[in-house]
Amino acid sequence: MDETDISFFKDGLRLDGRRADQLRPVKIEVGVLARADGSCYIEMGGNKVIAAVYGPREVHPRHLQEATRAIVRYRYNMASFSVEDRKRPGPDRRSQELSKVSREALEPVILTSFFPRSVIDVFVEVLQADAGTRTAGINAAAVALADAGIPMKCMVSSCAAGKVADTIVLDPMKEEDNFGQADLPIAMTPNGDITLLQMDGGLTPDEFERAVEMAMKGAREIYELQRQALVEKYSQMIEQHPGREEVHVCD
Amino acid sequence: MSVTNVISEIKKDFIFNLLLKGERVDGRTFDQYREISIQRDVIRKAEGSALVKLGSSQVLVGVKMQPGEPFQDTPNKGVIITNAELVPLASPSFEPGPPNEMGIELARVVDRGVRESKAVDLEALCIVPGKQVWIIFIDVHILDDCGNILDAASLGAIAALLSTKVPAARFGLGEDYNLPIRDIPIATTAIEFNDVLMFDPGVDEEAIANTRLTIISTMNGNICGTQKSGTGMLKPEQIYRIIDIACEKAKEIREKFLEA
Repeated sequence: MDETDISFFKDGLRLDGRRADQLRPVKIEVGVLARADGSCYIEMGGNKVIAAVYGPREVHPRHLQEATRAIVRYRYNMASFSVEDRKRPGPDRRSQELSKVSREALEPVILTSFFPRSVIDVFVEVLQADAGTRTAGINAAAVALADAGIPMKCMVSSCAAGKVADTIVLDPMKEEDNFGQADLPIAMTPNGDITLLQMDGGLTPDEFERAVEMAMKGAREIYELQRQALVEKYSQMIEQHPGREEVHVCD
Repeated sequence: MSVTNVISEIKKDFIFNLLLKGERVDGRTFDQYREISIQRDVIRKAEGSALVKLGSSQVLVGVKMQPGEPFQDTPNKGVIITNAELVPLASPSFEPGPPNEMGIELARVVDRGVRESKAVDLEALCIVPGKQVWIIFIDVHILDDCGNILDAASLGAIAALLSTKVPAARFGLGEDYNLPIRDIPIATTAIEFNDVLMFDPGVDEEAIANTRLTIISTMNGNICGTQKSGTGMLKPEQIYRIIDIACEKAKEIREKFLEA
């Protein structure tokens, strides 16, 4: 976390050639796991993240169940080989906090009251990390929830903004995250309701506002990609299985 | 657990009806903090300590220091390690055992304030570059949870650090000296309920709201950390409104209690 004198901009562009308000390339695949009820694989720049949804299903241990709604569990986990220095496997304090805020980012849109006494499990595995794993995880998880047919009010899309060399940038990559001045991840609904907001670093109130606006712009772009990916998978399915539009087919 | 929930359903109605009239259970305005008191140096064995009372909420923060190895990527900097214990004496809903996600989040947000504001001059805590640096343990002990323990814990952490003496003599490293502090981060938390924003929520107010936003601001009025918590949503305008009030409140608290 040293503020080293590395330059973040060359000829007005970032180290990877992006403009300040440009996302890294995003690739989303729906339904990549056969056993899960819903799944999604996402690449956002150098991040490779896979999400699976199981449920609604019976709650174990049973004392966790709620009489009037489904509970949502979210497990964010990093593979030991996903980062430069091997990460010790298993939950640490960071991943437990990220699991909590990510769950809280998705829960507002899930219609949990449809499934009392049950659980919706969301598992997110980070296979390769390159700054922005929590936002990639939430994006994948939201698509996986839709793929599992979980009733939701709407999608959730997530993106971060950062500050490097006194400039607000969209979707910081590793170098910008490590040596930058601030990081601000958000998640939101297509209506612009914020379901996740975190920040560390240093921002003036004015910069904070601009960073939120920029992250929201990124999230809106990601929403379109999530939507496209889902439409693509399900329109293909309808073509392959005419007359079986309503059946959940596991391929 | 279920018993308290039944009561809180009734209380929820009560609080909600008051709220429609623009009132809070204890008569405060929506942006008013409960009475704050900070006692420093309450634990003689600790290098620094503070007992914070925020209304009836009580949080004790102790700071211990010892020499140790630096992190490889910061060979010239001291190390901060923050822990929080939600001990079962503080609330009927706290249980013994390893910290749950609430405790982890609390510790990490307190840590975020101290770390991101660069409150502690970590370079001044280097003893032998790459070999030996001072390690600061900030341990938060919640004693009585009557709401908003996050703000109380953050306040306790910086208050304790401000009174911390580096125990150099004990480790044969010269004379004791005051821990060098460069900033005073203050965390302020608001909850959102029915488009009403309430600062410094009491325990019942926390129970009715499902969204909470914490803003940590520094002496120059900048923001060094935020955390949204809970399963609700916030409009951008609500966020900006919270930031405006939070920075004001933080300034008041800082001037009144910590800038001597």
